[in-house]
Amino acid sequence: MSFLEYTHKATPTGLRKVLHLNWALILLIGAVASIGFLMLYSVAGGSMQPWASLQMQRFVLGLVVMLIVAFVPIWFWRNLSVVAYGVSLLLLLLVEFFGSVGMGAQRWIDLGFMRLQPSELTKVTLVMVLAAYYDWLDIRKVSHPAFVAIPVALILVPTVLTFIQPDLGTAVLLLIGGAAMLFLAGVHWAYFAAVIGAAVGLVTAVIASRGTEWQLLQDYQYRRIDTFLDPASDPLGAGYHITQSQIALGSGGWTGRGFMQGTQSSLNFLPEKHTDFIFTTLAEEFGFVGGMSLLVLYLLILLFCIVTAVKTKDRFASLVSLGVAMTFFLYFAINMAMVMGLAPVVGVPLPLVSYGGSAMLVLMAAFGLVQSAHIHRPR
Amino acid sequence: MKRTQKETEHSARAITRRSMVVGGLMLATGGLLAARMRYLQVERASDFRLLAEENRINIQLLPPARGLIYDRQGRLLASNEQNYTVVMVRENAGDVDAVLDRLSRIVNIDMQDLARARDEMMARAPFVPITIADRLSWEEFSSVAVNAPALPGITPEVGLSRIYPFGADFAHVVGYVGPVSDFYLESTGDTDPVLQIPDFQVGRYAVESRMEQDLRGETGSRRVEVNATGRVMRELDRIPPTPGKDLQLTVDTGLQNYAQARLSGESASAVVMEVESGDIVALASAPSYDPNLFVRGISTAEYGNLTNDPYRPLASKTVQGLYPPGSTFKMITALAGLEAGMIEPDETITCNGFIELGTRRFHCWRRGGHGRMNMVDGLTQSCDVYYYELAQRVGIDAISAMARRLGLGERYDVPLSGVASGLVPDRDWKRANRGSEWVVGDTLNAAIGQGFVLNSPLQLAVMTSRLATGRAIRPQLVRTLNGIDQRRDQTEDLGIDPAHLAVVREGMWNVSNFRRGTAFRSRVVDEGFQIAGKTGTSQVRNITAAERATGVTRNEDLPWERRDHALFVGYAPADAPRYAVSVVVEHGGGGSTVAAPIARDLLLRAMHGTVPPSSAYPVSQRRDIEAMHDEMQLLPLDPPTEAGRTRA
Repeated sequence: MSFLEYTHKATPTGLRKVLHLNWALILLIGAVASIGFLMLYSVAGGSMQPWASLQMQRFVLGLVVMLIVAFVPIWFWRNLSVVAYGVSLLLLLLVEFFGSVGMGAQRWIDLGFMRLQPSELTKVTLVMVLAAYYDWLDIRKVSHPAFVAIPVALILVPTVLTFIQPDLGTAVLLLIGGAAMLFLAGVHWAYFAAVIGAAVGLVTAVIASRGTEWQLLQDYQYRRIDTFLDPASDPLGAGYHITQSQIALGSGGWTGRGFMQGTQSSLNFLPEKHTDFIFTTLAEEFGFVGGMSLLVLYLLILLFCIVTAVKTKDRFASLVSLGVAMTFFLYFAINMAMVMGLAPVVGVPLPLVSYGGSAMLVLMAAFGLVQSAHIHRPR
Repeated sequence: MKRTQKETEHSARAITRRSMVVGGLMLATGGLLAARMRYLQVERASDFRLLAEENRINIQLLPPARGLIYDRQGRLLASNEQNYTVVMVRENAGDVDAVLDRLSRIVNIDMQDLARARDEMMARAPFVPITIADRLSWEEFSSVAVNAPALPGITPEVGLSRIYPFGADFAHVVGYVGPVSDFYLESTGDTDPVLQIPDFQVGRYAVESRMEQDLRGETGSRRVEVNATGRVMRELDRIPPTPGKDLQLTVDTGLQNYAQARLSGESASAVVMEVESGDIVALASAPSYDPNLFVRGISTAEYGNLTNDPYRPLASKTVQGLYPPGSTFKMITALAGLEAGMIEPDETITCNGFIELGTRRFHCWRRGGHGRMNMVDGLTQSCDVYYYELAQRVGIDAISAMARRLGLGERYDVPLSGVASGLVPDRDWKRANRGSEWVVGDTLNAAIGQGFVLNSPLQLAVMTSRLATGRAIRPQLVRTLNGIDQRRDQTEDLGIDPAHLAVVREGMWNVSNFRRGTAFRSRVVDEGFQIAGKTGTSQVRNITAAERATGVTRNEDLPWERRDHALFVGYAPADAPRYAVSVVVEHGGGGSTVAAPIARDLLLRAMHGTVPPSSAYPVSQRRDIEAMHDEMQLLPLDPPTEAGRTRA
């Protein structure tokens, strides 16, 4: 019996679990999602159609999923982790080999009521399988090379599969999210130092070799890297999105133009205004104050997840909560950095705000895991 | 895996430590994001707000409606018709080829035009509207509008396009509009922003070109909110365009139409003026062409036909054509002699057919000579020897001064293209241009309108008007501009002794009405409409002594381009002049046989205001005249409406 299992008699059962939910976290999630509804209403030109009402239905569905996941004891999910990971890999392979036929680069599976993106699902199942792995692993063997190789493989397989979809955003998220799990589990920092050192060295070599006779890449590849890193150099091509996005954001000022008064997003200057670039609408209409409020809400959500992780003494519960927090953090940090021109444009949505069913449901399920860890923590 | 309490505690502490590190990194990232947000939204807010305004506001130019052009009775000579066009924006079309295919089934489009429009569309930015088809019928236009849902990216639009209802009749007067070319922009230095509008047309010839600034109007503009694809979301404000000024010309459509028809088949030109006002009522140049071709975009083949025609349809011969005036110049020599006091009207000079000047012989057109001639006889029978004699007495200085006084050698300020100044030669001119001194022989040639003298038909008509009135009549083509009278004062007197003018007028009356007059055949029997005029036959070649010995080759036996020009100038009615006319038929042969009948018909048409009745003509000629009028294809002109009159 694990620590939790012999103390679980102290955990609430039945309907009493409702009282022990982390209601503050639910409120925070609800607040962020409501901001999303407002923005979707605004970018549709003051209409519930086509995005806001559907997003609300999905949020309600997400809440139900979260509660179901929350009420199921956390150790059940630990036992399910490997299966879940396997299923998501299978689905990834499925869209890889069948999804692309006929529809271009299709990344989803049509479930009838919604389209499931296996890559979204993988973000949570990877966290789960890694947490379960380190829960199983003897703590003393954590930094043993052989036992580091296993989780690295677990991370790389879905990363490569999403990367070749191609879904660069998700691949980056899986890679960094997975690495963070290893770090949290206590893998020796020297591994990370080595990997980071090697990466920096490689990038330096590639850049330094440019223009010399031992140049590592072709000229056109360098030019692609240039536009990728500095989109402003091509304002009507690759840099168009980011330039327009910064204009929208910057024109918001301190308090913004006011709800529904955004000119840039409603006039179609912004691409993906209801998905990846929705933050610009918020920032234009509610200004610095609005943008900061959302950032603070996000950070509070992170805080609650971390507190839950620290409070529970169960290794799986703790790592899953931290992993969910990390995934959530990567979502909004990459999205905001991208929109504000700090990072290259990769397709990462703003969590709980961007229009999209898979991300919403998967995130709500993930928060369900955190809630489950919270409810079933030792007393 | 089961763990001991101690292990669990240890693991939890380790995770807590690491999560503090990760949490710290998250917080730092959050701080970085906040700082960036602050930089963009607070520090650089004003910059971005400016950019945002530029992003969404677009200024669009609104082309003005071009001013209309009327004739003196208020008939429209140039108007704007609605032009139904189909414009396509590639970006909104999706599958361009499918849409074009569907469109071509609804609208009749030439496949080549379609391919050209498609290429242009692909070459330009995806949001630039491209005209796919224009001049659609109303049926085609409305079916495009009805089928709009099946034609994404296609917009039916209504524009204005120039139309010249009388076609070829006014090509040389009104001219035409055409697209703005790079050459146009360079040569005119015109910087009006409206020129940037695709398909905008500017005056390219004659009145359309010379009156461009009045006809064009002021460009309007509107500020619209657009999205990133250029789609107009709403209009913010607009400054409406000011239409161009309406222009009324002095020309008479009926007479112009008659004149063009009368000249058809010849390479010829004719000018009819009101002698008192200087109004140009007809300005005909044949052959002509349809100016509407140039508006629509003339094909290379059509243009080639026009430029290769030896009769030069593109030339406006009335103002651009320069011809030796021949005997029509003799009134000037006569007046110069009278005014200089070198000759009395009754003084006679004997014509033996030629005079000798040194070793050179100067021949009269009549081989046997005219015998004793006074001034009136000299004009009536167009005796060359009389003027050779007179010229030697008067000298070139007095002759060229009189020519200028009567309006020759001057470039008149009429809004037409390529108005020529002609040439009234004098000593200075020859020295400067020919590098040799003026000799008496030059004076003799000039006295009969040969040699260096060159005039346009317009100048000859002005000369005739001045002879008829004794005043410094100047030609004018513009009657009103937006209803404001543009006509000049024409009362300035030439200062020529009326008695001297009377002698010349008597000679001119004789030309057309006296049995021996060179234009007696082209007389008018109707008393009130009699013509006073002068024939002219100007050589375009030198007749050698050898040819004279064997007999001068007859015109009909020469190739067309070496035949003489036929000229006639005249005014009518002879006793109270109203209209002056000049007719030049290039290589037409004799002035009396070819030019005089045309001039008579034009003057009669002008005086009657309709096709002249055959009663005006000598009985023997009436059948031929009636047959000619029956053959002429004249436009059925409605009497000018009152509305048209007041509008003009």
